[in-house]
Amino acid sequence: MSGNHHDSHHPGPESSAALRTKALEALLVEKGLISTDVIDAVVRAYEQDIGPLNGARVVARAWVDAAYKQRLLADGTAAVAELGFGAPQDAEIVVLENTPTVHNVVVCTLCSCYPWAVLGLPPSWYKDYAYRSRVVREPRTVLREFGLEVPEAVEIRVWDSNSDVRYMVLPERPAGTEQMSEAELTALVTRDAMIGVANVQVPVRVGRG
Amino acid sequence: MNGMHDMGGMHGFGPVVREENEPVFHHEWEGRVFAMQRVTPVPIPGGSRNNIEQMDPIAYITSSYYEKWLHSRIKGLIDAGALTAEELEARVAFYRDHPEAPVPRREDPARRQRMQERLRRVVESPRLDLPIQPQFRLGAAVRARNMHPPGHTRLPRYVRGKRGVVARFYGIYAFQDAMPAGTEAPPQPLYAVRFDSRELWGASAEANSVVYIDMWESYLEQA
Repeated sequence: MSGNHHDSHHPGPESSAALRTKALEALLVEKGLISTDVIDAVVRAYEQDIGPLNGARVVARAWVDAAYKQRLLADGTAAVAELGFGAPQDAEIVVLENTPTVHNVVVCTLCSCYPWAVLGLPPSWYKDYAYRSRVVREPRTVLREFGLEVPEAVEIRVWDSNSDVRYMVLPERPAGTEQMSEAELTALVTRDAMIGVANVQVPVRVGRG
Repeated sequence: MNGMHDMGGMHGFGPVVREENEPVFHHEWEGRVFAMQRVTPVPIPGGSRNNIEQMDPIAYITSSYYEKWLHSRIKGLIDAGALTAEELEARVAFYRDHPEAPVPRREDPARRQRMQERLRRVVESPRLDLPIQPQFRLGAAVRARNMHPPGHTRLPRYVRGKRGVVARFYGIYAFQDAMPAGTEAPPQPLYAVRFDSRELWGASAEANSVVYIDMWESYLEQA
């Protein structure tokens, strides 16, 4: 990696990118092209509201409601909209179902395409060169690095998002969750499971029962 | 273009590095860049991705994700005539010399209201309702064309010339590749095509794995 690491614990001169951003924002405000409150609102929305909790709710609903799951797999965009989720990003959302014989995993090798409406903005590793270059060529090895061992009998499908279609994985509902409510299930679903680099795990109960 | 960004299948980038409890933005400026990119009402000539792909390959590799967005936004504003390089550099120099100087603020409640409505809008499909008949059926054997356009394309190198099978038909979508000056890209049928890993990676392919990738019709020929 770069040896040009900035130590964020000590205040120092601003990075070149920070300075250029400041200069750009100042000029765009002065030209009347942007307003500060709109920029603040967009940053806040993506930091606080548009995130993987939306996707987790979609997954949990699909697990408890077979008719919803059917609609979700047939038309992901409409089924996500049904729950009221969005983002100012037009996208065709396609949901890929993991089964005992198929494991799906999503990447964008050319840039960083990602289903914002259900997962928010992608984590750094999704945008980094290692993941983008490797997961199409050696998905089993990459998933193993994530701690996910996919048996050879299970087909791995890597989906390279290069169009207006945005893919989300519907993970398998883990055994032992039959008694859980939709809200409890929602809490189990992780961002990584909806990208396809993890399965959904049931936490081991401690100190109860 | 055959650029640095087209990295599917490359070696040499090492393990995938993850960060626990990663923030959405690592630095405040990243959030400002993201938001300015989304809301500045000046379209980027040639598109934002094209600006990033046209970066010098060494700059592409060594710039962070939001540094690339910043570069693309600035170049787009300059190309569109909304900003000059000189005024930007002058302002950068001003903030370097006066780090305590604030960024001017401007409030526009009507615009903020419209943005907040957009942020609450449910997701919509960009599929186009046009009477175009797809040329390939589900299950058809196809080959990705072996083409190397110098401009923007969404056809990665690692599938060019490779044989696959049409797995899904998504409908009609706007075509995103760069077109010759003065011509508009006609919308096209869009498919997901399934490629066997052995077709893509030969003997080094991992067992029981496939790649699906979306294909506008002009990327495909009959196999």
